[in-house]
Amino acid sequence: MNQVLEEKQNVVIKFAGDSGDGMQLVGTQFTNNTASVGHDLGTFPDFPAEIRAPQGTLPGVSGFQIHFGSTEVYTPGDLCDVLVAMNAAALKSNLSNVRKGGILILNTAGFDARNIKLSGYETNPLDDSELSTYLVYKIDITKLTREALIDIEMGVRDKDRSKNMFVLGFIYWLYNRNPENTIGFIERKFKNKQNVRDANIKALKAGYNYGDITEAFSSRFKVKPARMVSGTYRSITGNPALALGLIAAAQKTGLQLFYGTYPITPASDVLHELAKHKNFSVKTFQAEDEIAAICSTIGVAFGGNLGVTGTSGPGVALKSEAMGLAVMLELPLIILNIQRAGPSTGLPTKTEQSDLLQAVYGRNGECPMPVIAASTPSSCFEVAYQAVKIAIEHMTPIMVLSDGYIANGAEPWKFPKAADLHDINVSIVKSKESEEKFMPYLRDENLVRKWALPGTEGLEHRIGGLEKEEITGNVSYDPDNHQKMVKTREEKVELISEDIPEQTVDSGKDHGKVLVLGWGSTFGSIKSAVKELIDEKYEVSHAHITYIKPFPKNLGNLLKRFEVILIPEINNGQLIRLIRDKYLMDAVGYHKIKGTPITKNELKEEVLKIYPKE
Amino acid sequence: MKIKAPVKRSVKATTDRNNAGLTSKDFVSGQEIRWCPGCGDYSILKQMQTVLPQIGVDKKDIVFVSGIGCSSRFPYYLDTFGMHSIHGRATAIASGLKATRQELSVWVVTGDGDGLSIGGNHMAHLLRRNFDINVLLFNNEIYGLTKGQYSPTSKQDSITKSTPLGSLDHPFNPSAFALGSDGTFVARAMDRDPKHLQEMLKRSYDHKGTSFLEIYQNCNIFNDGAFFSFTEKDVKKQNTLFVEHGKPMIFGAEDDCGIRLDGTRPEVVEITEEVSPEDLWIHDENDPIKANILIRMESVYPGGNFPRPFGVFYAERRPRYEELLEEQIVGAIAGQGTGDLDALIAGNETWTIKE
Repeated sequence: MNQVLEEKQNVVIKFAGDSGDGMQLVGTQFTNNTASVGHDLGTFPDFPAEIRAPQGTLPGVSGFQIHFGSTEVYTPGDLCDVLVAMNAAALKSNLSNVRKGGILILNTAGFDARNIKLSGYETNPLDDSELSTYLVYKIDITKLTREALIDIEMGVRDKDRSKNMFVLGFIYWLYNRNPENTIGFIERKFKNKQNVRDANIKALKAGYNYGDITEAFSSRFKVKPARMVSGTYRSITGNPALALGLIAAAQKTGLQLFYGTYPITPASDVLHELAKHKNFSVKTFQAEDEIAAICSTIGVAFGGNLGVTGTSGPGVALKSEAMGLAVMLELPLIILNIQRAGPSTGLPTKTEQSDLLQAVYGRNGECPMPVIAASTPSSCFEVAYQAVKIAIEHMTPIMVLSDGYIANGAEPWKFPKAADLHDINVSIVKSKESEEKFMPYLRDENLVRKWALPGTEGLEHRIGGLEKEEITGNVSYDPDNHQKMVKTREEKVELISEDIPEQTVDSGKDHGKVLVLGWGSTFGSIKSAVKELIDEKYEVSHAHITYIKPFPKNLGNLLKRFEVILIPEINNGQLIRLIRDKYLMDAVGYHKIKGTPITKNELKEEVLKIYPKE
Repeated sequence: MKIKAPVKRSVKATTDRNNAGLTSKDFVSGQEIRWCPGCGDYSILKQMQTVLPQIGVDKKDIVFVSGIGCSSRFPYYLDTFGMHSIHGRATAIASGLKATRQELSVWVVTGDGDGLSIGGNHMAHLLRRNFDINVLLFNNEIYGLTKGQYSPTSKQDSITKSTPLGSLDHPFNPSAFALGSDGTFVARAMDRDPKHLQEMLKRSYDHKGTSFLEIYQNCNIFNDGAFFSFTEKDVKKQNTLFVEHGKPMIFGAEDDCGIRLDGTRPEVVEITEEVSPEDLWIHDENDPIKANILIRMESVYPGGNFPRPFGVFYAERRPRYEELLEEQIVGAIAGQGTGDLDALIAGNETWTIKE
């Protein structure tokens, strides 16, 4: 039959199922396919902390949301146009995020009595009038998958594991896609497991053909490629982007990259990515704990190489004494914090921006350390690279903030050429420069001391965590010296503001009624909200801070050019405290602390609430 | 008894060892030493400064890393590269340094509190990984720098500032800890036997892998005399056993006692016409099972009148972590070719948007 090919500008799809249903794989495959046909996109994987939470229950639901379109996409989308629910629990936990009139694709096998009971429904929602405002397609995906695999010799349980591919095949059909990239992926992944390979490919094709031959579906959708800046793109998520930025910086400087870390959600993928690239002379070290992880990198920095450690908030807490040591030693060191919802263990797989004050202040003593924050998955590359540059050129540890949302979200990335990356100036003392004894704490005009490495004749010296005499670095308990050193260390970090870019306005004018000031993963939501408000003729602008400690030099002046500053954060108000403290200005906060991103619509409402009346 | 050949030590030729005519004085940093007068640390520092010119390593290639505690001031007094770090973490810092700078001679100076209490975790992991790092653990069975609390090696019932009614903790046996962590070199020396200490320092250096050298060190302020029964002339010979590879275990004021092994059970015997040195336990430093018996015999058989052993208890050749790490990289480059940054950044799937 002939189905109508309906054209859409933007589409939000959510795949949801049990955590064992393979929804994350479906999501990433669909993402790659979407990227390759030239759509702009944003994704949001949302999964439980438990590897296999009890089947059929609400806590066990794993989801993957993707927003793609022919116009620019900055967020994974607020409301879904399509929800694929593999069972009753997946429907229950996601229905409120589907727009009225949206499409529900429901696996009827996941709506048996047991699933209905576990999900907390009293009656079968498939029979409920609640769903009448949606376009509902009930498909027995489990049964259809089994039938498609009838000729393959494998157990029913194993066959059922391919039902995610049926779903993916069907969605490919619905959005008029060519599934070749996924077939290629399956062939590579299961090249030594012929049965599994065949089952997955068959299920994928069965899903595609099901759409084609079933008359139930009256329309298919077509989305034009996005009008994006010309260039070559790839799809990237935040953690691999951090890893690539670090490798790029190591290659550029000629230093060995050593990543000392301890597994923690959501930071572990940085380790997994780096461990794959040993042919770039990357050394990865899975230490016995968070403390050993950072300490090993301090040893690396002392030896003159690029020491990087990565973790999430609880790990940062454990590393804080060692960060203080690195501040005292004035050695370059990168600490990645892929934030998650806290305090304590908190919500390990949910996103939050609540470690900002920990990053800026969370150490004993007067312990200044630069802080830099990524705002989107692809920005992680540049931020990691810049962090290395600052650390080495200013001889300081530096903290890089990302979060779970950035770490796992994907977007297209117009990646740079290696040759176009900025230079990083590594100044290691090559040899003893005079007959005088080497002075490890002699500083240059930026208050930066020299990097003098073991193995260099005549530079033998001792450094440590005790307060040091200026210039000589000898242990000193002198009161005036301590005051001077505290002030010097602070000034040294403040001087970094001379080397970083000035703060720019991302959308809107550089003056006006409202400035929405953000940092980190709220970038996409703020950008989308502000763009719409500007289109609606509001005088609203958006600025997003990457360099948080120190702030860009012009930030204070920029803020003064707006009547109201709105600072939305996924925390209880942290950047707002830094801004008020530094610039003595009022600002309005918007705080969402639910472990989920701020949506565009929420933010628009918030701006309108505080928008100055004529 | 079958005795394996001793571990072949990769000692460089003596001419190499002569470090450009340097003497112990060249290793004196000139910083004012702040240990209490009479502290055992002075002797250890002196022996170290004596040994360093002899091991054949350029001064510029030597790094001492320490944690926190009296012993950890050690690097300040040596004119080498050094880092006085944070409590318990010297082992972890040294691991990172060695992982990226294989050619350096890396030494860790730690104490019973620093190395076995707050840093116990890292110590265990350093030992199992077997980085080529020399650990000198100064054991004085007390916390000195914090002024006299009991330590993880203090004897049970120790009366200290923090335990006026006696300590409750069963103490660590550092050698057993090291062997239990699959350390590849475990030895013991004392501050008051300079010659033997120098020998042990050299052995520690020579060992390729993590060397764990426990050094008894008298804290004359908070725990004076803790080791006098092993260190003082009149009782030392009766209470100590200096083991050497391939040699029978003989001790006693007149070298008149020995240790005999009956199956796995050690016993003290007098050397008579009936019991000759050949009948005694011949020390085999390559035998991990016997090393365990040796270092635990006093505690396992109380009342057995066993002497306290000193010397190298165990030495084993096992690949070093930093070697394996490097091999992986060499292997990866051989297999995949040297990494191409542009290809890495581009990844597997790209698309191009035209003007």
